[in-house]
Amino acid sequence: MRALVVDDSRAMRTILTRILRRAGVDEVSEASDGKDAIARLDGAALPDFMLVDWNMPNMNGLELVGALRHHPQWRGITIVMVTTESEQSQIVRALAAGAHEYVIKPFEEESLIEKLAILGFGLQETLADGTEPMGQEAYSP
Amino acid sequence: MAVATDQFQFVRQLVQTRTAIVLGEDKKYLVDSRLAPLARDLGFGDADAVVQHLRRVPNLALEQRILEALTTNETLWFRDRQPFEALASHVLPQLVQRNAATRQLRIWSAACSSGQEIYSLAMLLDEQFPELRNHWHVDLFGTDFCTEMVTRATEGLYSTLEVNRGLPASLLVRYFDREGANWRLKPHVRSRARFGTMNLAGPWPPMSAFDLVLMRNVLIYFDVPTKERLLKAAGNQLAPGGYVLLGAAETAVGLCTDLTPVRLGDAVFYSAKGPRS
Repeated sequence: MRALVVDDSRAMRTILTRILRRAGVDEVSEASDGKDAIARLDGAALPDFMLVDWNMPNMNGLELVGALRHHPQWRGITIVMVTTESEQSQIVRALAAGAHEYVIKPFEEESLIEKLAILGFGLQETLADGTEPMGQEAYSP
Repeated sequence: MAVATDQFQFVRQLVQTRTAIVLGEDKKYLVDSRLAPLARDLGFGDADAVVQHLRRVPNLALEQRILEALTTNETLWFRDRQPFEALASHVLPQLVQRNAATRQLRIWSAACSSGQEIYSLAMLLDEQFPELRNHWHVDLFGTDFCTEMVTRATEGLYSTLEVNRGLPASLLVRYFDREGANWRLKPHVRSRARFGTMNLAGPWPPMSAFDLVLMRNVLIYFDVPTKERLLKAAGNQLAPGGYVLLGAAETAVGLCTDLTPVRLGDAVFYSAKGPRS
């Protein structure tokens, strides 16, 4: 199983990558914004799913979702938004644009695994720490 | 103070014996962090002190609270996907058809915690069985030992962390309203469920029969005679043709001859033997 993590915070990318690896995803790549993600998709083996932050420079997550959905080769990639954007209207927008699931930061490790399970990616559940929600944005990029 | 190796090994053994969950050698920090709130509530200094106390003075109630703190993830929507899929595709269509004449459906979540299980069912019914919205009496009843949980369930107000747990985003936006940093279930879903306190291990109050009894991930906290008693009582509480659902890792086989396992979809439900079924 392959995944692409798109977030402008390096610390957040590291956390997400660690969670996915621990849960049994074989290959996790990282991109620092929407443009970088598209550059990485071009010509590479496609990921099964992507975790996409909303607020990023160059091309934000919502624009990235739109671009993927209109691309003949990339429209089938499953997308989970992982973001601090928590307004109901924003979630509706992301889903309408073509995101499959939505995780609001801060989140617990299990939530991400559970959301991926909803989408048919059965990953290994770990007995997670349950104390330190991730994605408080206290991390520097 | 971090939990000492002796205490950690004791807890590992306890968790493994009682729940079959294996805590890795590297999970000492997890014992510290998960038991710290319990230790505080009970007036102990830290996790180490509370475990030391349990080792000195064996106490089933404390043991259960420690196990619960270490193992429960009960605040989950649509917990374990298979039973909910089986409910949607097999069990509920069957019950709805069977009860078409009376137009009544009664479901009991016997350890409802903060309400996620019964509300998951409420959303599932609303989404997939819209015919029940009108002219049916649907009784979704949740009980829990803990008064605080019953209050929380009744309020239907959940933090972001809680709505992240297993709830599809499409249902979050359809069935919840944002209230500051929290999310509240819309009144039309909340009003479908009612809640009350009840100690499953004590005598059960008289209740009408249920078409479905959800008693998931509760039995692990009880000894074998209590498990047997609870399963028998759950079977007696079933309406004709009703089902009991246990947790994914639980079984009634070998504990209760009144209940017969039935595989429906990818989940196992239990029907009552004898004249009732």
